Amino acid sequence: MDAKVTTQAAAQQADILLRVNNLKTQFSTHRGTLRAVDGVSFDVRKGETFALLGESGCGKSMTALSIMRLVPQPVGRIVEGSVHLGDVDLLQRSEMDMRSVRGGRIAMIFQEPQSSLNPVLMIGEQIIESVLCHTPLKRAQAKARVLELLDAVGIPDPVRRYKEYPHQLSGGMKQRVMIAIALAGEPELLIADEPTTALDVTIQAQVLALLSDLQKQTGMAMLFITHDLGVVSDIADRIAVMYAGQIIEQAGRDTFFSKPRHPYTCKLFESLPRANKRDESLAVIEGSVPSLLTDFSGCRFVDRCDYAWDTCRQRVPRWLGNEEYGVRCHRFDGEVEQVEHKLVEKTLETKIQAQASSHTLLKVDNLKVYFPIQKGLFKRTVGYVKAVDGVSIDIAKGRTLALVGESGCGKTTVGKGILQLITPTLGRVEFDGRELTTLDKKTMRGLRSDIQIIFQDPYSSMNPRMMVKDIIAEGMIAQNTVATRGERDRRIDELLQQVGLSVDSKQRYPHEFSGGQRQRICIARALAVKPKLIICDEPTSALDISVQAQILNLLKDLQQSQGLAYLFITHNLSVVEYLAHDVAVMYLGRIVERGPVRTVFAQPAHPYTEALLSAAPTLDDESQRDVIRLEGDLPSPAAPPVGCHFNPRCPKVMEECRRLYPEKVNLDKHHIVRCHLFKKE
Amino acid sequence: MLAYIARRLLYAIPILVGVNLITFALFFVVNSPDDVARVHLGGKHVTEEAMTKWKADRGYDKPLFYNPDASGADKFRETIFFDKSARLFVFDFGAADDGRDIAYDIRQRMWPSLAIAIPSLLVGLLVNITIAMILAFFRASYIDIAGVIMGVVLMSISSMFYIIGGQYLVSKSLHLVPISGYDDGVNAIKFLILPVIVGLIGGIGSGTRWYRTIFLEEINRDYVRTARAKGLLESSVLFKHVLKNAMIPILTGVVVILPILFMGSLITESFFGIPGLGSYVIDAIQAQDFAIVRAMVFLGSVLYIVGLILTDISYTLVDPRVRLN
Amino acid sequence: MHLLGYQFSPLWTDWLVYLLVFSGVAFFLYARRHEHLVRPWRQVAQRPLAMAAALVLMAYIVIGLADSFHIREQRDNGGVSDGPVFSSEVVSLLDIALTTLRERQEKTYSAPFALNSYAKESIELAAGAIVRDYPRLQYGGAHLEDLSQRQADIIAKALRALIESVLVFLVITAMLNYMLSRRQAHGFSRQLLLLIRGDSKLPWRSLLLTGFAITLTSLLLVRLAPYYHVLGTDKVGQDVLYLSLKSIRTGLVIGGLTTLFVLPFALTLGIMAGYFRGRIDDIIQYLYTTLSSIPSVLLIAASVLMIDVYIQNNADQFPTIAERADARLLFLCLILGVTGWVGLCRLLRGEALKLREIDYIQASQAFGVSHARILSRHILPNVMHIVLITLVLDFSGLVLAEAVLSYIGVGVDPSMISWGNMINSARLEMAREPIVWWSLVAAFIFMFLLVLCANLFSDAVRDAFDPRVHGR
Repeated sequence: MDAKVTTQAAAQQADILLRVNNLKTQFSTHRGTLRAVDGVSFDVRKGETFALLGESGCGKSMTALSIMRLVPQPVGRIVEGSVHLGDVDLLQRSEMDMRSVRGGRIAMIFQEPQSSLNPVLMIGEQIIESVLCHTPLKRAQAKARVLELLDAVGIPDPVRRYKEYPHQLSGGMKQRVMIAIALAGEPELLIADEPTTALDVTIQAQVLALLSDLQKQTGMAMLFITHDLGVVSDIADRIAVMYAGQIIEQAGRDTFFSKPRHPYTCKLFESLPRANKRDESLAVIEGSVPSLLTDFSGCRFVDRCDYAWDTCRQRVPRWLGNEEYGVRCHRFDGEVEQVEHKLVEKTLETKIQAQASSHTLLKVDNLKVYFPIQKGLFKRTVGYVKAVDGVSIDIAKGRTLALVGESGCGKTTVGKGILQLITPTLGRVEFDGRELTTLDKKTMRGLRSDIQIIFQDPYSSMNPRMMVKDIIAEGMIAQNTVATRGERDRRIDELLQQVGLSVDSKQRYPHEFSGGQRQRICIARALAVKPKLIICDEPTSALDISVQAQILNLLKDLQQSQGLAYLFITHNLSVVEYLAHDVAVMYLGRIVERGPVRTVFAQPAHPYTEALLSAAPTLDDESQRDVIRLEGDLPSPAAPPVGCHFNPRCPKVMEECRRLYPEKVNLDKHHIVRCHLFKKE
Repeated sequence: MLAYIARRLLYAIPILVGVNLITFALFFVVNSPDDVARVHLGGKHVTEEAMTKWKADRGYDKPLFYNPDASGADKFRETIFFDKSARLFVFDFGAADDGRDIAYDIRQRMWPSLAIAIPSLLVGLLVNITIAMILAFFRASYIDIAGVIMGVVLMSISSMFYIIGGQYLVSKSLHLVPISGYDDGVNAIKFLILPVIVGLIGGIGSGTRWYRTIFLEEINRDYVRTARAKGLLESSVLFKHVLKNAMIPILTGVVVILPILFMGSLITESFFGIPGLGSYVIDAIQAQDFAIVRAMVFLGSVLYIVGLILTDISYTLVDPRVRLN
Repeated sequence: MHLLGYQFSPLWTDWLVYLLVFSGVAFFLYARRHEHLVRPWRQVAQRPLAMAAALVLMAYIVIGLADSFHIREQRDNGGVSDGPVFSSEVVSLLDIALTTLRERQEKTYSAPFALNSYAKESIELAAGAIVRDYPRLQYGGAHLEDLSQRQADIIAKALRALIESVLVFLVITAMLNYMLSRRQAHGFSRQLLLLIRGDSKLPWRSLLLTGFAITLTSLLLVRLAPYYHVLGTDKVGQDVLYLSLKSIRTGLVIGGLTTLFVLPFALTLGIMAGYFRGRIDDIIQYLYTTLSSIPSVLLIAASVLMIDVYIQNNADQFPTIAERADARLLFLCLILGVTGWVGLCRLLRGEALKLREIDYIQASQAFGVSHARILSRHILPNVMHIVLITLVLDFSGLVLAEAVLSYIGVGVDPSMISWGNMINSARLEMAREPIVWWSLVAAFIFMFLLVLCANLFSDAVRDAFDPRVHGR
């Protein structure tokens, strides 16, 4: 360090807990060297929450693992840089010393609580290990400490839980256990690597609140890694944005959200779906993240940037500003000759909402899908998992109905029940005036072109052994929609262009495409048979924000031009707000509230809807919203609570909620709710 | 739990019936008892009387399934199927061609088989797991690579060469232990040492390879990363976290073969002249004594099914995630 | 069908070998057009050890194939009939190539490169006196006057083979290097340097060295075997080298043909059980649980015993010893297939169970694609890697199993030349002094090399095709 530091800088210096400087981590793969982390520098101050924001594959998790020196061996190695914790450089310490740092001074929690806990060790054992490792406590005292920790992370009945195994806990509980393990060493820094990504919105809200409470109590600093802008805006003090292995922008929370500078960050904000953008297309970042195998000679964002000029291609942009507030972009570099930008203002064409058609395309009435539970000597059926328990919805031509709910609520099963991929136990599915549940297989096969489906995971939804043209052609062949081979080929070209892919993609295999491109192919495949209704099962959940916008735009365009109806199954409320006309909220196999999106979002009636809406992190913080925190987890659909299914978690629970499942109540012509708070007039 | 075991036992019945039908078809339908008799009595020029006598001695002179000459239930009972196959269900194995009681022989010969099989299994497990742990600990280093290549080389040698090599080196050249033979009680040890060691060396290649794969699979799991992030010693990560999980496939893999251990090892027992069930089978095959082969097929199947049930039960003991129902 | 005085008279197993080769070629042509199959094979091709192993395997396969073309030689028809008359003895191309080895049969055992027999005999001297001594062999080293010349003769012949193989090696290296330098657009000498350093996409250096080793071995045998019994002779005086070479076909047939019988069972039943579930699954599971619950050695033993009885009772269906042995070999493959399909079937069932829930299958069902088409277009291509991995991994196990089964007496026919039978007969002589070691050593070397190469190669195939290994 320079001797001539100013007092102010010295004070700041003293405040800094972790200083990462020019960190580079590389992986040797059979295709070459992968520069996962490529010169990352940032500071984390005592007691603050520093968020590392980025899309998948940008190197944010690897940065965290590098700090812990847990980079997967032997393929990965840290090749350059320093990581100072206080005044020790962790990268220079021996493996032996490092062990007291891991779990001691720095603790870490991971994305998948499911796989991150050892399945065959008791919860208590997994926590006590850490206590024994980092505190001088003896086993008996340590056990008391573990119970204390379990209590601190909000796990009820710690004595019993101590002896339980991970599989006996819900996802949220497991993440709490992970946090307890992390707290055991009383760390100065907690690295949280996407800790809430695998959790449902209401559980996410619980965990985030827990983390900030704990931070207040212990004064530890947090390095929070996430891809979710909403979460960042909720908890971060300072934010760094990573793109392709580098930090491209860094700022304090308020500055970051009010004055984003890097073209990438700006675009990210614009591409978020929101209610007020309903009538326009979302901004999209064209293309995809460059491969980290490349040896970059210019800006990494250049191919996707609206402002890029020659300099951006020829010279690597330098870091402008300090560790507090900075950006890596030539546009802000005084030493780089700027060019006049004549930005082609993309006309955000105003979308005319499809006229609400009175023609009901799909009418689902009292749909039930039960899976039997078999037990005993002769596998008697002793009960049912009521995955879908009396769902009624209808969708008009050209409209979108969003089916919203947390994981395990049965929303995907509804989709499959409509498609007759699962035979419904009871109820009617009427499509275009025909009852589907009673059709024989052959007749049903003939009708299959009318309803199609798009899946969540773009990687498993296409046969990796087939070429794109064969994938798209499959439905046409099965449904005999085109007569000749030539006509089919023409149609494939047409479809590929329609979803925004080049015609020569048809000769390639799925693995050659990115997630977003694959999802386009899936859409083309569905369109090939000219469906009237597409069931979209979380089609954007596995995609990054910038890619999500591309897909949402495409879906919206297609609805406009072809009059498609969508059943949009999702847990993402902002997507619903942007895309759907009507919404149905599902809880434990039943729809608890249903109505037009505007009405439901503006005046949610059911306490669950209210909680969902409040729990979803948003950027619009005009009114530091009150998060209604739901207690507990989604109960098992095999043994739903007596009375209203929601009563154990409901903040407004009343006596009769514990006895009776509420009847349907029409709040107005379209708005229906099932809750005892509302009485039939 | 009890209901589960009861159900599994019930399921075993149709399987055993199937096994029984297969063996019956093999022994009595592919070739008629006449054919068998002719071959046994040595070729084409066999008199009718000799054949009839041969069949009558062994009870092969009855009809296969249905005896029209008998009365009542005997119509079914006085048949080869009932005599030779159905009786197996009550472990009535009948007599061998030389008139000896098969069940008695099996009870006698079971012990020498176990005397080799159990030490071989235990020593093998210990050595293989240790080596596999070492390889996993030094994964992707030269030690690991050398170990893996060594394993492939060892695996590529026929078990018979291990036995022949062992007998030549230890017994014939160095005269440390007898080449073959068996004795009762403590005296058996000197006859057992070599077979056990040979079995161990012969199994090291495939054993360590299998266990190493299991360990490596576990080492790459997320919970291991968590354990490291706690700051635990690499050795305690390996021994406490990885080993405990890896023991699930290892243990259950062992449990399934436990009952089969009774059956002994054909090659080892035959080479070392140990009077166990393995050499019993070989002798029966060479003497074309079908009664013994039939009995052993049935016994083997029963033991295998017992092994499967034990495996399922052992899962519930070592894996907290598994519940029987 | 006859040609040049030979009548083409293939055995049953020969036809199946041709079928196997044909399917192999067909698969190769199919794989070439499918990127997802080319990629892993390319990865296999880049592994030096695997490619060296593959080259050795090729040498084995060439010998095995040469031994699978069976013909009868034309005999003098003695004017009895009009058409040509053919010998009742069926010989293979390999037999014809090894005629010298085949026909130079001694009386009994002799050690490698021996001039004298292993056993003493009464020899009548010229003078009429009779002494008991080790008699000179009829063929082994017959061109030599006495023992003192042997060493020089062997060295001279070996040197010649060495020089020849070095020449072959140099020529091939030069040709390859020329080809590579043309393709890579390097200079000849620069390319040579790269080649020597092992710096090439395909492991040419390892291939060349392995090729050299194979050439050297074969030339050594070509130069020495006509004069000596390089690996000695067996009890009835047959050349052990000849026996070892003939055993190759037996080993390969058992390892290879068994897969032909395993595949249809395992594939159709496994996929169907997993895909359709329900009743079909119950029946198939019952079937394979029942089969697998019988200890496989016992099932094989029982089946072989019974087929033995059948063959003995129906001797007229198998006129020659060769045909009888062939029938038994074929049956052994069949029964190994019947006991062997269970493992693969179970794996495929599990995989099909997983696949049927995967999104792209659900998408096909949503299109109303028929079950047959889903099975053939979606499930089958996505389980092929499991099939391939299992088949190559099983191969070496089957070769080893042959030896064990033949030892027990339920393997190939005792008249058929195989490593198992070689070991079995040699083992009986273990007690002799001095020990008769050469048959054992010969069988050991030939078997070990084959199994080792098969293991090394299959490891590479597994690593390349197994998505789990890939993901790491």
